[in-house]
Order: sequence, then structure tokens, then C-alpha cells
Amino acid sequence: METTEALLRVQGLGKTFRMYHLDAMLHAFEGISFDLHAGEFLLLKGRNGAGKSTLLRTLWRSYLPVEGHIWYRSRLGMIDLARAADVDIALLRRQEIGFVTQFLNARPRVAAQDIVAEPLRLAGHAPEEALDQARHWLGEFGVRPELWRAYPSTFSGGEQQKVNLARALILPQRLLLLDEPTASLDAGARAALVRRLTDLKASGVAIIGVFHHPGDVAQLIDREIDLATRVIADDSERIDHVAL
Amino acid sequence: MSIDMSVSPAPLLPPQLMQTEALLTMRGLSRSYGAVRALRNVDVTVYPGEVMGVVGESGSGKSTLLRMMNLEDTPDRGDYRLRLPDRDDGNLFDLGRYQRRMLSAHHIGIVYQNPHLGLLMRHSSSGNVAERLLIAGERSFDVLRSKARDALDASEFPLDRMDARPAELSGGMQQRVQLAKAIALEPALLLLDEPTTGLDVSVQALVLDTLKRLQRDRHITMVLVSHDLGVIRTMADRVLVMRHGEVVEQGLADQVFQDPQHPYTQQLVHAKL
Repeated sequence: METTEALLRVQGLGKTFRMYHLDAMLHAFEGISFDLHAGEFLLLKGRNGAGKSTLLRTLWRSYLPVEGHIWYRSRLGMIDLARAADVDIALLRRQEIGFVTQFLNARPRVAAQDIVAEPLRLAGHAPEEALDQARHWLGEFGVRPELWRAYPSTFSGGEQQKVNLARALILPQRLLLLDEPTASLDAGARAALVRRLTDLKASGVAIIGVFHHPGDVAQLIDREIDLATRVIADDSERIDHVAL
Repeated sequence: MSIDMSVSPAPLLPPQLMQTEALLTMRGLSRSYGAVRALRNVDVTVYPGEVMGVVGESGSGKSTLLRMMNLEDTPDRGDYRLRLPDRDDGNLFDLGRYQRRMLSAHHIGIVYQNPHLGLLMRHSSSGNVAERLLIAGERSFDVLRSKARDALDASEFPLDRMDARPAELSGGMQQRVQLAKAIALEPALLLLDEPTTGLDVSVQALVLDTLKRLQRDRHITMVLVSHDLGVIRTMADRVLVMRHGEVVEQGLADQVFQDPQHPYTQQLVHAKL
């Protein structure tokens, strides 16, 4: 693959947490390097504690890396996410990079459909159009219409996660980070998620994900990195994801 | 295949700032009151449309900083610039008292924790909002009334009570009147000093939702001071952590809460969780 065209180029990335109250350093990972191209799907795997979620959060910049680079080819030019100003990161999060966690961080007393519509509203879409799309995606992920105007803080974990996914995936991004998005989802919602990810990938969105059950997305995976063993596998040496 | 550590080096481009110009820039702010050093060499940058949260213990300088932003007070030294359309006032602290007051009235809104600081308790609610418009030179009764009404409506204040005096209203409603007064002139900057402290939780959620809606629909830039980390977490895009008059850390809200870099911030965040 033509490396100069990579959407994301991670070089020598390392993360260590300094915990003052314990007077200790907690080592997460070091020396991570990989390229990711538009439309590629990269699976992060490894045992619990191997640093999968930490790597995702470092790419998203919730965690500050201690070494290395995260070169990202944005629409506005090349930028090192490891060092970029907060204001640039905030802008990229609104316009180009999405992050889906296992948890919905909903403000109290905001209806499900408004939570889902918000990314479109922030991107300048008209209120009615944003709400129409929000209802569409809530329906796709299997949230019953009678819940659309209710407050998600009262929902079950699974229903909250559907709202979370609808919100996170409503606005197509160029790079999508997924942190165990299928946890607590029923089969119907998992299928809807895979359909949405398939469409996004086909439209050129690059995806990096951590999955409890990689089998759910087996047909989408182009490459894998095992953070415990530091092995990269690509299509040609694909192992059986379902058995992971 | 092991992880490739020798990917060909990318061109050594510097981190590249995008074309986002700050709305508010403060540099090198210091202020002492007698022997108390309330602010020490504080730098703050606020970008258009964002909510900047300011946290820190009592006496850390949060409210002093907000008073400086509102031009109610001037520092011993420091530089303060606001990027306003068609204006270049230089360092705002160099302006005369009257100019500072006018600039603040026109371009900066503020909501205090204590409604008595922001409202005339024996005037009507709409009168309180109209007072702000009067300062800006509006004289027509009809225009005053309709603009006050719009601002109260945008603050989600029940319009059938717009002639009630703040003294007759609940704490949550008083905060909405303050908010209406603060946004009546569509300020470039909205300052919020513990706006929901003392309100019960359900009222607090409603006021925060109103603020979020204002930010979304009107793109009002906000600086929110609160000792309630939950409020900051819900509202802020970026966070400034203050201690003993100094900024000890600033960053994206999720980064400051999830990966705090300064020992004091770690202590603060762990105390909350």
C-alpha cells in the first residue's frame, strides 16, 4: 500500500500514567507503529489490560501520549494528534474523528432523539432534518418509537447503548474509533451496527476497533494488532476471528 | 510479522494550528489584594463557541479571574483582548472605567451564583432585562418590552410571569432572569459564576440544559466557574484548573478528567470519583 496516502500514521506511540498519590508510574504501552488507510478496518486485540482501550483513548487524545506521533491527514492538512492544540482536537472531533464507547454520557432531561440529533445540529443541519435522521437511526438500532422522546438516563444498559451508537454514527466521519460497541447489545442491534459499519467502511471511513466478540465484525476486518504479543496480521494471514 | 518499528519517517511537519482564532486572550494576569496573591501570571485563551470550565478549590482565584473577564476589576499587570467584530480596543485593561463598563455591558453577559448581585429584586423580571437594554441605549418601550420578552423566552422563563419580581420567584427562576439579562444584548462572551450552585438537582439539570441549548443554537461562548466537577464535566469543552491563583493545568475536559497531569488535578478528580 502507498504509505504516503495513509490517513493515519502512528509512530513509536507510548503511554505511561504517572500516579502521584501512589508515587508510581503505570506503563500502558510503548513503541506502537502502524499505518491506516481510508476504508480500512483495524482490529485491536489482546488480553484484558493489554492496552487496547488505552490506545484508542490515546488516539482520541483523552489520554496524552508520552512519546511518539499520531500523524493524521485531515481535510485541512497533516497534523500530529499527539501534539496538536486542544482547539484543533476539538474541531477534528466535531468534523472528522468519531469515538464510540460502551457508555452513554447523556445529560439529564434530554430526550433520546435530541441526544442523537445533536451532532447534526452542531454541524449546522436544520432542526427538523436532524430530528428526522435521529429517529431513523434510533429505529435502525431497534429503539422503540415510544422511547424516542423519553430520557435515556431511565433506559436499560442495552437501550442506552443503542442511543449511544445512533448518536455516534449519525454523522459520517473519516476516522472512527470503536471501544467495544457491541457490549450489551442484542442480536438485532448488533446486526444494525455491522450494517452501518459496512456502509461507512465502503464509503471510505477508516475504522479502529476493540471488540469483545470480533466474530461480529469478522467480515470487515482488514488487519489486526495484538497488543499483548505485538503481532500484526493482515488479510493474507488472517486467523479465525470467531475463535479469538 | 512483528510490529514494524521502522515505518519510513513522515515528513517532519510541525504540529499545525488550524485557522481558529481566539475570542478571548489573557496573558500574564497577576493581582494581589494586600498580602493575598489572588492571581499569579495567569494565561487563558477561549475560542469562539466553546464552553471553558474553570475549577479549583475556594480561594483558588476562579471568581477573581471571572471578575477580570467582566472588566469589574483590573489586575496589577496583564493583558486582556477580546476579538470583537469591527473593534480593536487593544489591552482592555488600558481602557478608562466608563469605556470598560460600556464594553462589558454590550459584549459580556454574566450570571452570578447569588441573584442579588445580578438582579434588582424589587423590579419586575422583564424590567431587570430591560435595564440591560437601556444601558445599551434602547429607549422605545415597545422594543424594550419585546426584546426582554425574547431574552426571557430564550432562557426558558415562563412568560406569564415576566412581570413578577425576582423576590417572588424560586432560585431556578431567578437564575433564568439573570440569564435573560445576560444574553439580552447577544454578548460575545457569557460568564457563569457557579450558576447552579444551591439549586436542587432537577432544577440544576434544567438550567444546564438551557445553557447547552443556548450554546448550540446561538453559539454563545461561555466561561463556566464551578466547584461541581459533575457540572463541568457535563458542560465544558475545555477545562482550566486553578490553585492558589495559578493555572496548574488546562486541557480538553475529557483529558483533564481521565488523564490529569498535575498532582492537584489528580487529587481533585479522584476526590470526585
